[in-house]
Amino acid sequence: MSEHPPESEIRRPLTRRQMLEKIALALTATGAAPFEFAWGEHVHQAAREEKGETGAYQPKLFKPHEYRTIRRLAELIIPADEHSGSAVDGGAPEFIDLLCSQNPELADIYTGGLLWLDAQTRRQHGATFVDATEAQQASLLDRLVEEGDPEKMEAARATRYGASEDYQGFSTYRIDPVSDLAPGVRFFEWLRKMTVDAFYTSPIGIEDVGYQGNRAVGQYEVPESIIQEALRRSPFGGA
Amino acid sequence: MAHIKQTPEQHEVVVIGSGAGGGTVAHVLTRMGIRVTLLEAGPMLNPLADFKEHLWPHDVDHRGAEEGGGVYFGRGEAFGHFNASAVKGGWTLEGEPYTVARGSDFLWFRSRVVGGRTNHYGRISLRFSDYDFNPHDRDGLGANWPISYEDLAPYYDKAEAFIGITGTREGIRSAPDGVFQPPPPPKAHELVIQQASHKLGIPCIAMRRAVITRPLNGRPACHYCGQCGRGCLTASNYSSSQVQIFPALETGKLKIIHSAMAREILTDARGRASGVVYIDKKSRTEKRIDCRVVVVAASACESARLLLNSRSGLFPNGLANGSGTVGRFLMDTVGLGMAGYVPSLENLPRYNTDGMSGAHLYMPWWQWEDQGRLGFPRGYHIEIGGGYNMPRVGDFHGAARRHGYGRKLKEQVRKEYGAFVRFAGRGEMIPNNLSYCEIDPEVVDRWGIPVLRFHFKWSDYEWKQARHMEKTFAALIESMGGKVIGLTSHFDRHGISVPGTIIHEVGTVRMGDNPQNSVLNGFCQSHEVENLLVCDGGTFVSNPDKNPTLTINALAWRASDYLAEEMRKGNV
Repeated sequence: MSEHPPESEIRRPLTRRQMLEKIALALTATGAAPFEFAWGEHVHQAAREEKGETGAYQPKLFKPHEYRTIRRLAELIIPADEHSGSAVDGGAPEFIDLLCSQNPELADIYTGGLLWLDAQTRRQHGATFVDATEAQQASLLDRLVEEGDPEKMEAARATRYGASEDYQGFSTYRIDPVSDLAPGVRFFEWLRKMTVDAFYTSPIGIEDVGYQGNRAVGQYEVPESIIQEALRRSPFGGA
Repeated sequence: MAHIKQTPEQHEVVVIGSGAGGGTVAHVLTRMGIRVTLLEAGPMLNPLADFKEHLWPHDVDHRGAEEGGGVYFGRGEAFGHFNASAVKGGWTLEGEPYTVARGSDFLWFRSRVVGGRTNHYGRISLRFSDYDFNPHDRDGLGANWPISYEDLAPYYDKAEAFIGITGTREGIRSAPDGVFQPPPPPKAHELVIQQASHKLGIPCIAMRRAVITRPLNGRPACHYCGQCGRGCLTASNYSSSQVQIFPALETGKLKIIHSAMAREILTDARGRASGVVYIDKKSRTEKRIDCRVVVVAASACESARLLLNSRSGLFPNGLANGSGTVGRFLMDTVGLGMAGYVPSLENLPRYNTDGMSGAHLYMPWWQWEDQGRLGFPRGYHIEIGGGYNMPRVGDFHGAARRHGYGRKLKEQVRKEYGAFVRFAGRGEMIPNNLSYCEIDPEVVDRWGIPVLRFHFKWSDYEWKQARHMEKTFAALIESMGGKVIGLTSHFDRHGISVPGTIIHEVGTVRMGDNPQNSVLNGFCQSHEVENLLVCDGGTFVSNPDKNPTLTINALAWRASDYLAEEMRKGNV
């Protein structure tokens, strides 16, 4: 084996696998060496590079009109604000398209839900959802949230089902209709949960909530000022 | 039996199973120069390829929701896409079913890979108390152990010193002190919880966890990524695979036969164990190895299954089962979880709360002197949760449900992040006659091996204990100025965990002084078959409110020392 790898191999960015192997080797060699912050960072960097940058995303399942509608909905659910970008920036439309393209059951929920939304706005405002005005879009979504209010749904459920165990709540598609908006209520729940999933697991969302972990540190410490602040605000005072 | 392919080699000690018990036996015996052959039903573990440590959710396209959004339809991995439990493990295994008797409820988590469930477990490492070894003397329930705390203490010492356990010396009777490494400091929200627990008179002390904060035997100290459950590439936590089995391989005394599903233990004319028949999963052929000693450590219920399936003229009810107790006295831990929302934790300055994975503090059982007045026997400890965790798929569904959409939703998520606390009780179940496993006479798995059928019932003792947990957790949350959100785990049904879901199943091959009502002696050796030992949770006589793994390690270590000595003397 030659001592020096060819130039081309040196320049190639390390894959996550190669980086992990390097770390494992370093640890084996030094035994008690502290695991350094930089190594963890390299792993992350390598993982990002491995994914590669591919230009504009080409939807795998959705037609252009459908995809445009999903983008608009994602933007309405998690809009950009002074802290961070929108769910579109966080990759929610790609996430939804990818998963739907892999699962016909999920795809039906979305294609059916989108056609229902369009029919609703067309009936009321003579335009598809994405072409309706911002106020018209918001008024429909507000009604869907209101109809889907957990307490209201719970009351309706209690009347319909009593304590039936068949009812499984938010994460399923089985809520008994309480109004003619119920299909939209269910669809908007799907949209919201998958949009928050995509946004808050994206680098933008992770930064938005302020998660600071997933890194390697030599010595774990908790800032004394934060401890004091937490205790001061608690009912126990600055104990 | 002409169809069986026999390996001519005579093996010395065959160990079946590579988890906490099998890993410890392999480690201790090979260090003493004894040859060990380890049978594992799953493949070899390759940490570099199998562990998903350090990945962000956005490093995979589905973010952890699984292909096609499986998690939305209840088809996700048991502990999430990134957890090491997803490596050949789960509540169901393809081709390897188990059945549950009508009217019973039981879920069985199995792992088929070198290291078994130690690759992903919570690593909470608690010694039994002195009083845990004579529970029948205390309240007339269950049975006493054939050994005392003093018998096991030296082996707790050895196991802790070798594995590396965090902790502080506290002098609390329910939580005996051990050989500890320094624990990492408590997090801010944990110190608030500690104030609440002190107000209620509950001790809240440093967590005892199998994570090393100082280098040990060539293993580097923890790097505090908080992802122990994913498996640790630096082996800074305990897993039998990385801490015991891989080093044992280097002695040259250990041979691993993986993808080998043990079907039956063979006996000779004198009733001694003489070998093992297993199915080689890769070729789907039956193979047999002959040996001097068999150590069964396949996990409590798999070990019972193997013994029950090893029937012969001398052992018509299954090997070592003259007492009829193999499979009986199945216990899990009583579990209950509750979440609360604590407004005073809103909008605190953010910092890294990952730490050593899981909480840095816990609450040991505190009312052992009031036992007669509580309305239920025995006790529980409390595990705590909270902090700024890595966002995962599903974490913000509650916020989306409560706060609609738009700017308001975003603001609320920011405010609520890190303001939730969680409490989980882990309590002692009393063994009962309605909870056991047996061979299902009608079903075999894809390897042709008869499967287990489970029977399980909680009794009033467990139910009342869970109610005590519920009141205690609510009091903790309320004393912090918080609001109870409700019971957390989707495995909690009817206010108590679904049997099996705490994954502390033990008791099915129990030890005891009396061969009429126990399978093993205090050294984990069969009363009936002297060269047969069982070294896993099956050996437990009771299931105290201490997570079982450390005690499995200590019992297996003690059994290995005993076995080596018996082999040296020529008794085995």
